[in-house]
Amino acid sequence: MPDTPLPDAHDPGATARADATATDAAVPGAPGSAEALASRTATELPPGEAGTSLGREAVRRVVRDPLALFGAFLVLSFVAIAVFAPWIAPFGPNDRVGAVTPTNIPGPSAEFWFGLDSLGRDEFSRVIYGARQSLLVGVVSLLMGASVGIAIGLLAGAFGGWVDAVVMRLTDIMLSIPSLLFAIGIAAVLGRSLLSVMIAIAVVNVPVFIRLLRGSMLAQRNSDYVVAVRSLGVRDRNVVIGHVLPNSMSPVIVQGTLTLATAIIEAAALAFLGLSGTDPAVPEWGRMLAETQRFLASAPHLAFFPGIAIVLAALGFTLLGESMREALDPKYRR
Amino acid sequence: MTVTGTSSGSAGGQQDVLLSVRGVAVHFPITKGLIRDKVIGHVKAVDGVSLDVPRGSTYGLVGESGCGKSTLGRAVLRLLTPTRGEVWFDGTDVATLKGEELRRSRSRMQMIFQDPMSSLDPRQSVEAALSEPLRAHGVSPGAGGFGAKVKELLNQVGMPASAASRFPHEFSGGQRQRIGIARAVALRPELVVADEPVSALDVSVQAQVVNLLEELQDSLGLTYVVIAHDLAVVRHVSDVVGVMYLGALVEEADSDTLYAAPMHPYTLSLMSAIPVPDPVIEATRERILLTGDLPSPADPPTGCRFSTRCPWVQPGRCTTERPEFREVAPGHKVACHYAEEIKAGTITRAA
Amino acid sequence: MRSTVTGHAGGPRPAVDGPLLQVRDLSVRFTRKGRAPVTAVDSVSFEVAAGRSVGIVGESGSGKSVTSLAIMGLLPKRGVDVAGSVTFDGEQLLGMSDDRRRALRGAEMAMVFQDPMSSLNPVVPIGVQVTEVLRRHRDMNKAEARDEAVDLLRRVGIPEAQRRLKDYPHQLSGGMRQRALIAIALACSPRLLVADEPTTALDVTIQAQILDLLRGLIADTGTALVLITHDLGVVAGMCDDVHVMYGGRLVESADRHELFARPEHPYTHGLLASVPRLDSPRGEPLTPIPGSPTLTRPWTTGCAFEPRCTRAQPDCLGSAPLMEVDRGHGVRCRHPYGVPEPVAVVDPNGERA
Repeated sequence: MPDTPLPDAHDPGATARADATATDAAVPGAPGSAEALASRTATELPPGEAGTSLGREAVRRVVRDPLALFGAFLVLSFVAIAVFAPWIAPFGPNDRVGAVTPTNIPGPSAEFWFGLDSLGRDEFSRVIYGARQSLLVGVVSLLMGASVGIAIGLLAGAFGGWVDAVVMRLTDIMLSIPSLLFAIGIAAVLGRSLLSVMIAIAVVNVPVFIRLLRGSMLAQRNSDYVVAVRSLGVRDRNVVIGHVLPNSMSPVIVQGTLTLATAIIEAAALAFLGLSGTDPAVPEWGRMLAETQRFLASAPHLAFFPGIAIVLAALGFTLLGESMREALDPKYRR
Repeated sequence: MTVTGTSSGSAGGQQDVLLSVRGVAVHFPITKGLIRDKVIGHVKAVDGVSLDVPRGSTYGLVGESGCGKSTLGRAVLRLLTPTRGEVWFDGTDVATLKGEELRRSRSRMQMIFQDPMSSLDPRQSVEAALSEPLRAHGVSPGAGGFGAKVKELLNQVGMPASAASRFPHEFSGGQRQRIGIARAVALRPELVVADEPVSALDVSVQAQVVNLLEELQDSLGLTYVVIAHDLAVVRHVSDVVGVMYLGALVEEADSDTLYAAPMHPYTLSLMSAIPVPDPVIEATRERILLTGDLPSPADPPTGCRFSTRCPWVQPGRCTTERPEFREVAPGHKVACHYAEEIKAGTITRAA
Repeated sequence: MRSTVTGHAGGPRPAVDGPLLQVRDLSVRFTRKGRAPVTAVDSVSFEVAAGRSVGIVGESGSGKSVTSLAIMGLLPKRGVDVAGSVTFDGEQLLGMSDDRRRALRGAEMAMVFQDPMSSLNPVVPIGVQVTEVLRRHRDMNKAEARDEAVDLLRRVGIPEAQRRLKDYPHQLSGGMRQRALIAIALACSPRLLVADEPTTALDVTIQAQILDLLRGLIADTGTALVLITHDLGVVAGMCDDVHVMYGGRLVESADRHELFARPEHPYTHGLLASVPRLDSPRGEPLTPIPGSPTLTRPWTTGCAFEPRCTRAQPDCLGSAPLMEVDRGHGVRCRHPYGVPEPVAVVDPNGERA
């Protein structure tokens, strides 16, 4: 990369001039003030609006990245669809709006955009309502997993020593269990319910967040600015809460976004396997896929639309997460 | 910079010593093991250093990377706990302080770091960074609040008040270092340890920071310990210079004497290695090239630590007996068995 | 610009007719999507003869490193416009085919970077990295290459070279790594060595060893050296000719004795006055250059150094000053030192604000 100062949008010469004038003006060329001139004129400030925090700059970079914008568009659409499902969907999720037989399930038409399902319900409305379930599972399991993971990771990262050693060995054990198998086990123990699906996904994510935050905090703890703040006499607690933790959160935020994607896929997978509770009235993308298996020959569209919905929702969070990773990484700055 | 408040600069005179380091050693354990770490050795980063810094003066510590100068600086500020020895700061042994007592004592001694980018929290605005030490020690900002106090600090280091709302990445290296300096003097400390304060800066900016440090010393009555690898910078700012090699001082003298009459072979070779921006001098002066590298501080040579690279090394004592750090003239200490003989030319260096 | 055609003393290669490396009006522009283009190097011209050493001095942002990368053809192709002419032994390097360039690089011209750790492959032993070059460019077999590698490492001052062949870069100290890197650069006895801050990361005593090594190399083999550095002291002891860069252009060029004895450009002058010297009297404050190296104005609007210059006059604005050459000493300044001033220096801002 060039070792050149990159000028901003407006004329850098003009800005430099103005600043230099402002500071030099106080120092006439009197001989006695040579020293004062020497050390007091390094004050030209960079052009641009003052006080751009790292966070704001990261947002600026995300906004400039077309892939990130696409990801954000997908995510926002997904959330909007989930929230406003009753207003968007033309029919209720359980309204039997057409006549179907096992061999004749109508495909997409002007009236029913995604066609009808095996019970004569509007597939489009069911996919719309299905977003609610996926979002709920994704967000709740993320919140549970991340909060437990962050709390334990914070302990390990802040205290180190034997606390850290014990926590890390435990996470090693948790990470060594295949996640889907683990989730099935939890669902089996807690019974089939939505809650157990959410707990299962959350538990699988806990060690990921622990490791991430703890590693990130350990790296920050040895950095110069932490030593600097300690040398100022700031209390240890404030050093951890005020400096180490905020600077360690970037990878956690990125991981959280990516975790939403995997949580949606995992929720669908668990539903597909029939572990997500018993109420078939509530549309769920994974279970919709499972139910269509019998009709794959006569109505392939029933597998297509929920499948696409899962892919798009997961893709949105993945794209957003990846571009946030880049935007929050100080290496990519400028 | 001159020694203020004393009648004489000589080490023998009665001086108001602010910082007195007595036999300080910092050893880092080298550990190995899967389940329980076993200590298999020690890196002797600092191994027995004693020095005195009179109030209002500047003590320069020079040495190359790995000589332990930064470790010593951090041990003095109790950012590291010395393995042995005492660090007397204005009558208190800082090495024994703990907890809240230690935290409170930090307001009297501060540090300036080498890399101003990494020593400022990237998420903290300048205002937050400069007011943090004040808040931590419950200093009342006076009328005008912290905002006014921050502006005053910025002005003191030659930065405009508008810098307060900005973030570290928005400044040039020199400006960041000024902010780091402003933070270090915010609590009106008595002692400031500056660890390579200019070496990360562009050449044309270094002098600005050096002059700023000198101005602040005059206006705030600061006592400095300046740590640097650049002997020219250290000589410029310091009253007394100590040269470190492999964890120990090998020579200490006032700056002019050290330059005019260096005695330790390491100081001699260090001086001859520093390039001077003058082709005539460069072409004519004698170079003392050292061979090999710095030995590992985990396994320092027996006897004199410089013996493995010393061009004047003698059989016998040099490799068996660690030379005493002795006073060869008032205020001039050398850790070499043969300092006088080398100076007199009765021992010549090997080809 | 002075011509530096000299026959070198007793090297194994015959002296070329004319300069070995000739850089003419080299410009490098970075054109990144969504940003205003940045001219990092702006019509830089200089030349190097065999057996000579040229120093390019500048601070961060001066364009000195980009210049060296442009000469070596190591700039990325996308988003970079390189214009002008760089000839090596009469052969145009800019726009040369990648194959031909690869053949030249390594065999005829080599580069040493500041950070040896990042230029060495961390997972390959030093010995393999040296022998690889020998086998590729000099058609040696394994045994020959190995013997030659030991010899090379010994020549650059690595003790126990035989044993060191098996070491990985992280097992060597910084000085040893830089030596290994130089050994790789020298493996094919290049006729041109471009060294970008080769000693900046090293301690002074190690720096002295490396500089001594480079000096010996030029004297013994007639290799031409382009040394990129920020350290005027290193240049004073190393280079025959010195070019000072600021804001992408050369602002002063001269023979080293001339340059250090009579620096004329205010920037060169300021650099020399702002460094504390070991041999200068103590006690006086240094005279720094105000502002930071990022404080420049575009050359199209006047002198890039004007915002920091204590000798600036109203006529420094408007257009870039030209490089005026007098007896081999070039200065790009309208009010250089050594030229009688029309009036006493007025406060530069008073008249232009």
